[in-house]
Amino acid sequence: MITARALFKRYPQGIEALKEVSFEIGAGEMVFITGHSGAGKTTLFRLLAAIERPTSGSLLINGKNIGALSNSAIPYLRRKFGLIFQDQKLLFDRNALDNVLLPLKIAGLSAPEALRRARAALDKVGLLDREKASLLTLSGGEQQRLAIARAVVNRPTILLADEPTANLDQDSAAEILGIFRAFHQVGVTLIVATHDPRWIARLSPRILRLDRGSLLENAE
Amino acid sequence: MKAFFAQHRMALDDAKQKLFASPLSTILSLVMIGAAMALPAAGLLVLDNLKSLAGGTPQVQQISLFMTASADREAINEIETRLRAARAGNWRFVSRDEAFERLKLVEGVSEILESLPKNPLPDAFVVEPADIRPEAVENLAQVFSSWPNVAHVQLDSDWVRRLDVFLRIGKLAIFMLAGLFGGALVIITFNTIRLQILAQASEIEVTRLIGATNAFIRRPFQYFGLLQGFLGGLFASLLIFSGSWLLSEPLDDLVALYGAVWNFHGLSFETIAEMAAIGAFLGWFGAFLSVTVHLKRMG
Repeated sequence: MITARALFKRYPQGIEALKEVSFEIGAGEMVFITGHSGAGKTTLFRLLAAIERPTSGSLLINGKNIGALSNSAIPYLRRKFGLIFQDQKLLFDRNALDNVLLPLKIAGLSAPEALRRARAALDKVGLLDREKASLLTLSGGEQQRLAIARAVVNRPTILLADEPTANLDQDSAAEILGIFRAFHQVGVTLIVATHDPRWIARLSPRILRLDRGSLLENAE
Repeated sequence: MKAFFAQHRMALDDAKQKLFASPLSTILSLVMIGAAMALPAAGLLVLDNLKSLAGGTPQVQQISLFMTASADREAINEIETRLRAARAGNWRFVSRDEAFERLKLVEGVSEILESLPKNPLPDAFVVEPADIRPEAVENLAQVFSSWPNVAHVQLDSDWVRRLDVFLRIGKLAIFMLAGLFGGALVIITFNTIRLQILAQASEIEVTRLIGATNAFIRRPFQYFGLLQGFLGGLFASLLIFSGSWLLSEPLDDLVALYGAVWNFHGLSFETIAEMAAIGAFLGWFGAFLSVTVHLKRMG
């Protein structure tokens, strides 16, 4: 499903964020990208999400090389992912339901079908009763759950998350873990960039450990 | 296909929402666009009315041949024969008596004519040339001048030609003005959209991250530009309509004082539709440029 070969990323300032990173991720796997701050987790997340392109090496997702993909093809590839960001990237001038509806509108679903799916996604993360709520009234944990609902509403095969529990308390983080586990159990490939040890202890995933841009560990 | 139309409808709804969300700014933009479009359009309307004042037939050329006072019937027959031979076009003879009687009909002239000891007018021919190209008419007039007993040859349509040239220059000037104001309209829309994009930068970033294409992002802005330009064109029509409604009666009265009959005509339905369409196109184009430039800048 995902194959990285000698993945290298250098930023214009000369910083080498990833060096010769190679790995494979199969369908339905749960993989955690870990490491200290500055290890290259977020860079790898951004490459996997096709937000950035590798400087060299190849990154194949469902057989498509991210580096060689045209700009116009990128949005269609992204629609196959569910992306969850550390800062959630929610739209605060819209209510919870409208935020979840956005990916469905982009995909061009009819209004009734979009509404049905958005409500189902909100239900999965326990926010159906808050569909009309302003985001300012949602707690940090609820906002992160909403971000998950938006990520899964298009029924992606790959769920990519960058530090999804970084700013959450113990209980909220546990809720998010539970939701992720549920998605993994129904066959969604889960890739999480995190340095939160609570995740690893509870979910026992496969680990890709990065250190200063190099892959130190690739193990179950 | 359903998805395509659904996304366009959604973009149109979004654009309408943006227009009505800030009514004051929308009204100000419409006034600016309306004024920019109304000025050249009003100029064209005035020129069009002047053209109709000139008879609406500036292409008709006439040459008058005035005979000498001593020209007798034989001399007139000679000219008739020459006109037939020259196949110069349609012509008719206006005798001095006929001209005198016609002149009498002109208000205020009758008494003066009555006081004259004899008819001072010459016999004349009025020729409508078959070939109305300016150089052909000039040549014909020169030929007529060389004929015997012809005292004077006059191109009766000279003033119409001068007016026509004047109108053409005026039209050109107005088209240049229209180009200038059209550019202004594009710039107004460009700037409006630029501000909208800056205000929605984070939303654009998020939609891109979750799979929106550039077409999806640019569509509501382009619909906004199109709608704003369309409404601006209608507003310009309203301005001109109001202006011509207010001016038409006084202008008709003024022209009547000079003994002419003239009806000032306002905008036709086709012209209003054209103005709305031009406004819509320019608005769309301004939005297109703005979105293209700013999306590129945003990476």
